[in-house]
Amino acid sequence: MSDSTGRVAVRKTYKLFIGGKFPRSESGRSYPVQNSNVALASRKDVRDAVLAARAAVKGWSGATAYNRGQILYRVAEMLEGRRDQFVGLGVPDDEVDEAIDRWVWYAGWADKLTQVYGNANPVAGPYFNLSAPEPTGVVGVLAPAEPALLGLVSVLAPAIVTGNTVVVLVAEASPLPAITLSEVLATSDLPGGVVNLLTGRPAETASWLAGHMDVNALDLTGVADPELAAEWERAAAGNLKRVLRPAAGPVDWSADPGVGRMTAFLETKTVWHPKGV
Amino acid sequence: MFEYAPAPESRAVVDLKPSYGLFVDGEFVEPADGGTIKSINPASEEVLAEVAEAGPADVDRAVRAARRAYDEVWGPMPGRDRAKYLFRIARIIQERARELAVLESLDNGKPIRESRDVDVPLVAAHFFYYAGWADKLGHAGFGPDPRPLGVAGQVIPWNFPLLMLAWKIAPALAAGNTVVLKPAETTPLSALLFAEICQQADLPPGVVNILTGAGETGRALVEHDGIDKVAFTGSTEVGRQIARSVAGTRKKLTLELGGKAANIVFDDAPVDQAVEGIVNGIFFNQGHVCCAGSRLLVQESVYDEVLASLKRRMARLRVGDPLDKNTDIGAINSAAQLDRIRTLAEIGSSEGAERWSPPCELPDRGFWFAPTVFTGVSQAHRIAREEIFGPVLSVLTFRTPAEAVEKANNTPYGLSAGIWTDKGSRILWMADRLRAGVVWANTFNKFDPTSPFGGFKESGYGREGGRQGLEAYLDV
Repeated sequence: MSDSTGRVAVRKTYKLFIGGKFPRSESGRSYPVQNSNVALASRKDVRDAVLAARAAVKGWSGATAYNRGQILYRVAEMLEGRRDQFVGLGVPDDEVDEAIDRWVWYAGWADKLTQVYGNANPVAGPYFNLSAPEPTGVVGVLAPAEPALLGLVSVLAPAIVTGNTVVVLVAEASPLPAITLSEVLATSDLPGGVVNLLTGRPAETASWLAGHMDVNALDLTGVADPELAAEWERAAAGNLKRVLRPAAGPVDWSADPGVGRMTAFLETKTVWHPKGV
Repeated sequence: MFEYAPAPESRAVVDLKPSYGLFVDGEFVEPADGGTIKSINPASEEVLAEVAEAGPADVDRAVRAARRAYDEVWGPMPGRDRAKYLFRIARIIQERARELAVLESLDNGKPIRESRDVDVPLVAAHFFYYAGWADKLGHAGFGPDPRPLGVAGQVIPWNFPLLMLAWKIAPALAAGNTVVLKPAETTPLSALLFAEICQQADLPPGVVNILTGAGETGRALVEHDGIDKVAFTGSTEVGRQIARSVAGTRKKLTLELGGKAANIVFDDAPVDQAVEGIVNGIFFNQGHVCCAGSRLLVQESVYDEVLASLKRRMARLRVGDPLDKNTDIGAINSAAQLDRIRTLAEIGSSEGAERWSPPCELPDRGFWFAPTVFTGVSQAHRIAREEIFGPVLSVLTFRTPAEAVEKANNTPYGLSAGIWTDKGSRILWMADRLRAGVVWANTFNKFDPTSPFGGFKESGYGREGGRQGLEAYLDV
């Protein structure tokens, strides 16, 4: 291919995003989308991604909330700068705007959620007693197919802002904005492994993610088929993953996102200590 | 050791009927197919009463009663009126406290000192606490007007029969739901007395329904299409089955499951206090506690001192008649549970750990297990990995705080943990890193209605107690 000046363009290879790197699928497979060959992730890629996500938990959940908030805000900055790439992939302008704003919204939550959802408890005795939310750990996410960018950002940002790490199975039909988003994430000071994005066929790989014993939670938001959602929820019961089911009806992704997607992947920890002299 | 004269609490305060029906729609009714279960006193094996075994038809009847009560009475009722019923129940529990405590000790086998001083006061406090939420739900942090879910199906265990009932029913009713609750097969009696208390409080019929029965009754309840919410406390294995069975439905699920808590003792901890905490952590309620401190992690430098002190203290524990006011450790709840404890203890010995119990005379009848400690336990031993749910402590050692965290978190469970040290910064550093829902520092096994309780990982999800406990019963 060449542009109007006769120069031959450099095409992009669309790969997976695992542990901060961009590998091809270990299976060597790909599938065509919008004139590009996109990596078709395998069971082994899912396992590699879970390993990377687990390895990133300690650093990311241990980072200060201020730091996590700044990094999410940095994602918004990088996305703003690369907006033309998304528009070029067919993402509508206003969807890109909303996706950028969503990162900003969640960035601001990083250092507030504990204040809003944690509290001191007035127990009937001489004890200090404090409850605070903590991240669940590794969250498996089935991203919605549409809207490709805003839907993905809307499930991704709330899961990681609190300190979780994620393995996202990108919807089969719309992988290009996801891969381009992973290039944004890779240049936003987000530590490798916090977000892992796998393109391909969730119908093929989701059962391995849902049944993986080192994944702590599963977001089924992007699953359109209720039978599959039920099957993967059953698989998730093996190690009692926290499961966020698909919404009962259509989702308005432009609406105020609320806090439910953050609180779904939080654990309350309560610490007691006696008071005395 | 001191000699104690027997000091039994009188049974006269409890008036047991020979048999009980199911509590459905405000009345005691016979089960559709007439099945019964005998509830026995685990300290004597005498039959206390016969209770009905609810079948699918009974479950259906109870769920329909609960739905009708939700639609017509409890759902539309203003929060302030729901609150008053819950306050009434709390008061009646206080008024009938001794009766409830004695009945609980008879049916469960726990020492009267615990049922009287821990279980029943916490039950009353729980109803009192959630009563106050009923007309303040808009201030609980779940939006301005959070809605109830509808009908809750609740299944509870035998270790704290009445307290687990309170943890389930109080928040459910405060939030505006109606309930069908199944008490455990071996400990149904205090729930039936609670049904009488609901009648005495003039609670509208159908708001609370109590179905006695075994696992099949629980399964029929959990799988019933007419419920909107499942709350279960019990084993992780049954929790998994329930999570599978509600998959693909819109039922909201909360689970409070097993645990294998680490109780971590550092070398700067006051040894006597720590030993009291270790004893309370594992021998409270015969170790039938999901958050029991069943893995003791002792820093190597104080291992000998802590173990010697622990053994001295264990030799002074009094095992015997649950109704005796001096008893520290009562009866194991059932023959089946005693079998499980014995089996795991034998596995502990056969895998190479060293078993020790103080000299201890056990009664001839009933189900008993002497307080037991295993030393030389490795992380691979089954007694370090599996929940024994009995008075059996596994002791491991560590050198550094990082190693303590690593070992404490090396379990699929994550319900609770204990830390014993004099150093504040170390407590907070440890508390940050322990993957457990409740962290007790320089204390253990403390409970309060205002304090959320529940696990990480395979110890389940959702919280009971506190503001957070409301979320389980609201459509949020």
